[in-house]
Amino acid sequence: MAATEQEILAGLGEIVEEIVGIPAAEVTPEKNFIDDLDIDSLSMVEIAVAAQDKFGVEIPDDELRNLKTVKDVIGFVQGLTV
Amino acid sequence: MRLATGSAGARILAFGDYQPARIVTNDELARTIDTNDEWIRSRVGIAERRIAGPEEGVADLAFHAGGKALAGSGLSAADIDLVIVATCSAETLVPNVSATVAHRLGIIAPGAYDVNAACAGFAYALSNASDAIRSGSARNVLVIGSEKMSQWVDQTDRANCIIFADGAGAAVVTGSDVPAIGPVVWGSSGADADKIMIADRKSFLKQDGQGVFRWATTALHPIALEACVRAGVKPEELAAFVPHQANLRIVHSIARKLGATNAVIAEDIVNSGNTSAASIPLALSHMIERGEVPSGEPALIIGFGAGLTYAAQVIQIP
Repeated sequence: MAATEQEILAGLGEIVEEIVGIPAAEVTPEKNFIDDLDIDSLSMVEIAVAAQDKFGVEIPDDELRNLKTVKDVIGFVQGLTV
Repeated sequence: MRLATGSAGARILAFGDYQPARIVTNDELARTIDTNDEWIRSRVGIAERRIAGPEEGVADLAFHAGGKALAGSGLSAADIDLVIVATCSAETLVPNVSATVAHRLGIIAPGAYDVNAACAGFAYALSNASDAIRSGSARNVLVIGSEKMSQWVDQTDRANCIIFADGAGAAVVTGSDVPAIGPVVWGSSGADADKIMIADRKSFLKQDGQGVFRWATTALHPIALEACVRAGVKPEELAAFVPHQANLRIVHSIARKLGATNAVIAEDIVNSGNTSAASIPLALSHMIERGEVPSGEPALIIGFGAGLTYAAQVIQIP
């Protein structure tokens, strides 16, 4: 069964907290990773790799460049077009 | 036909290092390119690096590091019968660096060849040295990693000129009754050749930083672990972990995923930058010199870089 938006959001929050130390609660759908959460491009790679393992999807670098917000990642993981 | 008789094992007698005198800080770079100290430290972990002037080339750096390793080993030039230089930044295609360096060190007529496995070069060369000693092809080998990366990097390219630097590190390897250089785990991925490239002799180094970062933080810890398994050493038993000094975040990512919980982690990149094939022996030489790592204990080295190439082995700290 595909993960729900809430499940992906919670999982992503855990990943962000573990990798860059930002509290999971701050990871909300509208947040932009770079502008709002101050996460740099290398940390985004680490987050993408962790998200791949957690959600069983592949997030190549070319796609990663388009995933600007938390909502973008949730959409991508759910298999939606971003 | 008879075969040569080699030694049961091989071990490193001593390390040596050499860096050009000129220190280039992040603040100095920020005066000519659009960057700053905080950005460089947070992304790659470098505070300063050494850059050679026009008077010093790859062979000069190698000569100084090799001379120090030889002096520290207790052997003389006459004892060395093979010299291997790992480099990907030499000024000349021919002659190679190793024969020139051997001559300048007073080593008479050794086998001499260069290895190009980019930033993995030292680990490849060390494995060659160990195998040559064990097979009886050589008795004592001088292995040098030497790079003048600054001459292949566009000094206005802010993605790369902050990272790459110059320097050399060397090791003297000899025979041993007990193994003190473990089995190498090496490999390559030519499909990713375009990820790090100096396309021709008129070009500067280009790399897909994000792609290389992803590869280094996902593909290499299994290689590091395999080198431990094949040497019969558990990651938590390692006294030192010395990966190629590409990026401090890569260094700590591999160390964490490997579980090298009791090891001193090499952070030589902070003051030396990324010196490609020189970075592992340079870091180890500095760590030994400062008394940070215990003699006789196991250390894991892993080189990785353009090719893509990689190689890892456990060594006993001299």
